[in-house]
Amino acid sequence: MSEHILEVRHLSKVFGKNEVLKDIDFNVSQGDVTSIIGASGSGKSTLLRCINLLETPSSGEILFHGQDVTKGGLSQSAYRAKVGMVFQSFNLFNNMTVLDNCIIGQQRVLKISKEEAKDTALYYLGKVGMTPYINALPRQISGGQKQRVAIARALAMKPEILLFDEPTSALDPEMVGEVLEVMRNLAEEGMTMLVVTHEMVFARDVSSHVVYMADGVIVEEGDPKEIMVDPKNPRTREFLSRFLC
Amino acid sequence: MFSQLLADVVSLWAKYGKIYLNGIKNTLILAITATAIGCLIGFICGILQTIPVSKTDNIFKRVFLGLIRVIIRIYVEVFRGTPMILQAVFIYYGVPYFFGHVFKSIWAVSLIVVSINTGAYMAESVRGGILSIDPGQTEGAKAIGMNHFQTMLYVILPQALRNIMPQIGNNYIINVKDTSVMFIIGFSDFFSIHKMVSGAIYKYFPSAFIEMVGYLTLTLVASFLLRWVERKLAGSESYELAAGDQLVTVAGTYNSPAKGSPFDEKSKEFGKPVYEPEEEAEL
Ligand SMILES: Nc1ncnc2c1ncn2[C@@H]1O[C@H](COP(=O)(O)OP(=O)(O)OP(=O)(O)O)[C@@H](O)[C@H]1O
Ligand SMILES: [Mg+2]
Repeated sequence: MSEHILEVRHLSKVFGKNEVLKDIDFNVSQGDVTSIIGASGSGKSTLLRCINLLETPSSGEILFHGQDVTKGGLSQSAYRAKVGMVFQSFNLFNNMTVLDNCIIGQQRVLKISKEEAKDTALYYLGKVGMTPYINALPRQISGGQKQRVAIARALAMKPEILLFDEPTSALDPEMVGEVLEVMRNLAEEGMTMLVVTHEMVFARDVSSHVVYMADGVIVEEGDPKEIMVDPKNPRTREFLSRFLC
Repeated sequence: MFSQLLADVVSLWAKYGKIYLNGIKNTLILAITATAIGCLIGFICGILQTIPVSKTDNIFKRVFLGLIRVIIRIYVEVFRGTPMILQAVFIYYGVPYFFGHVFKSIWAVSLIVVSINTGAYMAESVRGGILSIDPGQTEGAKAIGMNHFQTMLYVILPQALRNIMPQIGNNYIINVKDTSVMFIIGFSDFFSIHKMVSGAIYKYFPSAFIEMVGYLTLTLVASFLLRWVERKLAGSESYELAAGDQLVTVAGTYNSPAKGSPFDEKSKEFGKPVYEPEEEAEL
């Protein structure tokens, strides 16, 4: 029996009177690559943000190795350090070089020595092909490069799960490929990933699991080959027909 | 006319130059120290005021944070809303009134009053500076597990400093000029020398002339330094490419990573790459 890293139980989130997430349930096991797809406004970002507690869930539980993190079963900082997040808008620290972006969290949150943190940062920056740019500031590199640095920054914390919120949506088309390539390689290396994406080819070919969301609920989930090729639910079918011709 | 003025100024300076300089020294020490302490107060208030509170935090934390915000609010309103000259007499005579003559130092009271005033103005500037930074920066920091203070110290304040810097300069210049109100409790700043000297020898205008030139020099030097610091903070526009050959010489068989895919077999070489040691890029 595979032990779940993350279990989301009856999660709901209300903004004012607007119920954005309704009774969400799902699990993530070691090595899963789960793509979350769905129309704009269906609550995908809110779900990811609840998972790493950037938003506070209105009700429900988020169990990380069986501990409920919404009730402070684990300190918020310690938990977030184990759950990496890659944002649509990169959110690199503008006042630091590429290298320092990947060092600061290790040094200040994980209390790793600067030398060791540097080695780890350089290793992951190498993995995403950013070694030549370690001394650059975020504003001096392209969007695709920024996103690769953001991935390296998240990886440098040695997270158990990596969350991606539409990592390629803010990129010029010619830069989408380089970021997807990095993600594809991470998936092949066995990284556990939860990816909100509009890249249907990535969802179909790379992920091990697809979740389709609409109006704050999970409509359908399962094997990407089944869901993307032969969806059971008419809403899923309708949504996908707009992407895959 | 002007030759007369020049002659008066020269003779005045010859006789009282040391005293004027001593006044300048006192003004400078008070203005610089009070600006520094005021900034510290401002930064602490700014950081405390921006601690996020959410409905799900426990009641103790919410009450505590609410209380901090109210106290800072009152502090800012009281000290911005009353004349500094009045605050000076209020504290100078108020403390002995209640506690006896435990503490009646002109320097200490001057320093406290000017610092606290500066702090009240800086608290608002720092808060504004923090709020002007893209919330994405905070989210990026939170997402790797930084707490509020780490986020402020390493990510937000270094960026907000560029917006806050002009306010620090303004406060310093205001302090250079406004410390003159401390004459009310007997502080011998630059302006008080004017009253003393001109009262003794009735050369009002030549003395006022010296004062004008003196104050203007102090503030112009400050403006100049400020511009220079602002340019420094803007940072360099270029960066050194950690070039391929630099890595080749040390790592041997390495090719520029831009050539291959990020994950080709060469990427194993990236495990222990070499970099140029550089200055700490921390705050
Ligand atoms: N902070 C907030 N306050 C109020 N409403 C919000 C907030 N954040 C999100 N919402 C609402 O929640 C709903 C879901 O938003 P969310 O960003 O999760 O959608 P999404 O599926 O990620 O969409 P997209 O594909 O456009 O990114 C939207 O209707 C949005 O207006
Ligand atoms: Mg979204």
